[in-house]
Amino acid sequence: MNLEKSWRRLQQQVVETQVWKSIFRVGIPNTNRKRVLAVLGNVVLHLHPVKTRKSGVKMRYTWCAGGMTFFLFLVLTFTGLLLMFYYRPTIEYAYGDMLDLREQVPFGIMREMHRWGAHAMVITVWIHMFRVFMTGSYKPPREFNWNVGVVLLVLTLLLSFTGYLLPWDQLAIWAITVGSNMARATPLAGYEGPFAAQIAFNGVNLVTAGSDARFGLLGGRIVGANALLRFYVLHCVFIPLIAAFLMAVHFWRVRKDGGISGPL
Amino acid sequence: MTESESRGVSAAGSAAVAPTRRGFISWLAVGWLAFAAGIGAFVTTMARFLFPNVLFEPPSSFKAGYPSDYQVGEVDERWKEKYQIWVVRNTEMTYALITVCTHLGCIPNWLASQNKFKCPCHGSGYYRSGINFEGPTPRPLERAAISISPEDGQIFIEKARKFLYEKGQWTDPAASIKTT
Repeated sequence: MNLEKSWRRLQQQVVETQVWKSIFRVGIPNTNRKRVLAVLGNVVLHLHPVKTRKSGVKMRYTWCAGGMTFFLFLVLTFTGLLLMFYYRPTIEYAYGDMLDLREQVPFGIMREMHRWGAHAMVITVWIHMFRVFMTGSYKPPREFNWNVGVVLLVLTLLLSFTGYLLPWDQLAIWAITVGSNMARATPLAGYEGPFAAQIAFNGVNLVTAGSDARFGLLGGRIVGANALLRFYVLHCVFIPLIAAFLMAVHFWRVRKDGGISGPL
Repeated sequence: MTESESRGVSAAGSAAVAPTRRGFISWLAVGWLAFAAGIGAFVTTMARFLFPNVLFEPPSSFKAGYPSDYQVGEVDERWKEKYQIWVVRNTEMTYALITVCTHLGCIPNWLASQNKFKCPCHGSGYYRSGINFEGPTPRPLERAAISISPEDGQIFIEKARKFLYEKGQWTDPAASIKTT
């Protein structure tokens, strides 16, 4: 009893300090009004709805697949950041650094976590999409958010694709060779694609093996040093930034479109 | 002061300060056009930036030594690593096969004991001539332009000029060196 009293007094004292008040403006959220203000006044929480429907937290309904995807994105961002301390994206070092990350660096499992997490994220994205489709949650007013989700799916696959080259082993090089060869058949922009032959000036083809979509993707005609560096930058900076921005839009729109859709 | 005088003064004074509707809108249009042009130039610069002017890749044409350097009846792999070219010499001619699988772009292996090119990616197989006979590949290997350099008599191979069997181009004089 005495212990509880002194605990409460300590709590009261901490809450009333200027440091606490400067960080948490509304105090202990013990009323509905204060709970709302606590969510609205927090940069991390404000994307989240102030109130969630009971069905929204039902695992049997949502499978939490979107949540798992976001969690895996955070895991991948963090482990990827750690890997960047050791990995050098050059032909001389890339493969060796990848092996060293496994064998010589403490907690070599960090690289495996990044890899497994990447596989898992691709799977959970599909599960999330499947759930949203099966519950009809793509229907108005959520049709825009479905489209944002489709772009996020593509970005996830592109992250997976660009990351695949970075170990710089035979599997990586040939997978990217095969994958990027598909870009040759891009309409207009790929030199073997439809209408590319029609884009000419004074009889000189403008879309060639040295100027088409595949060339822009690889920074060369072959999967070489430029391609490795280019994929590294796309994988570590460019695509994650776009994905993070679209995720913010995605979560915000879930709230603005009426929260997680309930069972019909 | 008469009425007309005062009106004239005020009209002249306001014209010097306040812009007309037409003038404002035309300046607005000029401003927006300049803005759009600036953004367009920036985007173009960014796109062009991604296409380098200098590539550190092996050149697409090279001299491959003298015809007598190659054994009759052999698939020569000495240029495979550097230039992705097999030089094949038989009793009739010498030709240069590009080592890129026509299925999805992997590099097949020459299996001398089985007398065929075999792609490790999806199992496409080609005869010594480059004609496909197994696996998912839709067409034969491509041949590169090959000639005898008039300067020094060496074999000169140009990878940029390709000859495709399915277009009937293998009979082109530049697709092989005839043995005389």
